[in-house]
Amino acid sequence: MKYAGLLVMPAGFFLSIAAILLFPPSPSRAAFVVCGLAVEAMGLGFAIRGHMPGDRRP
Amino acid sequence: MIVPSPHPIAAADFNLALALLFLAALAPAGIALLNTGLGRSRSAAQLLLGSLVIVATAVLLFAFWGATFADGWTGTGHIAQISGKPWSWAGTGPWLLNNLDTASPRAQLGVLFEFLSLALAVLIPWGSGADRWRLTAGAASAAILGALVFPFFVHWAWGGGWLAQLGANFSLGAGFLDAGGAACIHVLGGLSALTVVWILGPRRGKFPKEGLATAMPGHNVVYILFGCLIALVGWLAFNAVGAMIWLDAAPTQLPRTAINTLLSAAGALAATFIMTRVRFGKPDASLCANGWLAGLVTSSACAGLVSPIGAIFTGIVAGIGVPLLIEFLELAVSIDDPSGAISVHAAAGIWGIVAAGIFAPKEGQFLAQLLGVATLLGLVLPLVYLLFALLNRFVPFRVDPDGERIGMDLHELGGGAYPEFVVHRDDSYR
Repeated sequence: MKYAGLLVMPAGFFLSIAAILLFPPSPSRAAFVVCGLAVEAMGLGFAIRGHMPGDRRP
Repeated sequence: MIVPSPHPIAAADFNLALALLFLAALAPAGIALLNTGLGRSRSAAQLLLGSLVIVATAVLLFAFWGATFADGWTGTGHIAQISGKPWSWAGTGPWLLNNLDTASPRAQLGVLFEFLSLALAVLIPWGSGADRWRLTAGAASAAILGALVFPFFVHWAWGGGWLAQLGANFSLGAGFLDAGGAACIHVLGGLSALTVVWILGPRRGKFPKEGLATAMPGHNVVYILFGCLIALVGWLAFNAVGAMIWLDAAPTQLPRTAINTLLSAAGALAATFIMTRVRFGKPDASLCANGWLAGLVTSSACAGLVSPIGAIFTGIVAGIGVPLLIEFLELAVSIDDPSGAISVHAAAGIWGIVAAGIFAPKEGQFLAQLLGVATLLGLVLPLVYLLFALLNRFVPFRVDPDGERIGMDLHELGGGAYPEFVVHRDDSYR
């Protein structure tokens, strides 16, 4: 899970970069950047959970 | 709002900035003292000697190798054309800082600022690995940060790289702004601390199989609090000179930047003090220190950009959020971070960067700040983890159990920081 999380995080970064490349200045551009950050946050959550000691995972 | 508009720096301003930069060196000194106080007494000498060693290692590697890629003074860079826009992803400076004395005064100040920033950044993970991180591995990781990670991000943010050019290329405000080093120093250092903690794992006995996490308080509250006071001087200097170099602020704008720095720290401390007083019945000294520092970290991003009321607000939010996050990381997700660097530097730094976007009146600035955060979380964190995990295979990070039991001082240095004191046995090993 931790490696999956760490791989998801760059995907979020590239989503954010794609947003500024593909969209003109508009609310949809901002929305895609925020979506990229949300994907990164999800990856971070996976990575944090994956690094928890096995006997303490919820 | 300080509007960036580069112009040559006057001789008097150069002298002022240089003097401020010498004071900025107090920030790493304060953090080193704070880290030492937050660790255990049996690791104090190793922590403080380690601070010197890792700063020296990082600075040497940066001079030999990293400064070339961080380069922001020659006006050139490795450019990739993407969608018809130039993306400067690395500098092309001369090796070994050759001809630096012929660069413009602003560029010379910028390079010195980067050296001091690196010294501060590498100390951040060192505190998180306290009591179990081998000195050699700490130095090797600092070398990686100084040679491979810090230079590239610094180029992107400070050296005219693609983050700095977001304004020119994509109409995103003035591009990514990070005058005091919230991103280049604190978030980078805080995320490195997270990877170090992941790789090292918790200290022995920290998370017993049954029951709550064991409290392992810092060994010297005086070091912790005095470190905070020393750090304040360094931060005032960092933020002021950062505003001069990266935001092109005039000296007459520096008092407000310094006042904002102080207000942010004061707001954060007041919030943490009241919150811990209400929750625990008495204020918690080390959490208050973390709150103070979180306010300073937040100010690194926005002291030069926000109003005094904005500075107090951002500080209060940091002062409330950071102690809660420290508690969450320890109790909910079992992260053992003795210095609280992940919350204090990474989280408060990210909040500061975002707040700078919220309070900056320029259109598109918020999005530029978000892209800076996205780069740190989505690119820098996985990269640092990969590099540190590889390094851990060749230079094991964690000390052996016996070394951890007797303390890092005796194990690595052969003598303790307080030789005349009797170090009592730790309950967690019974």
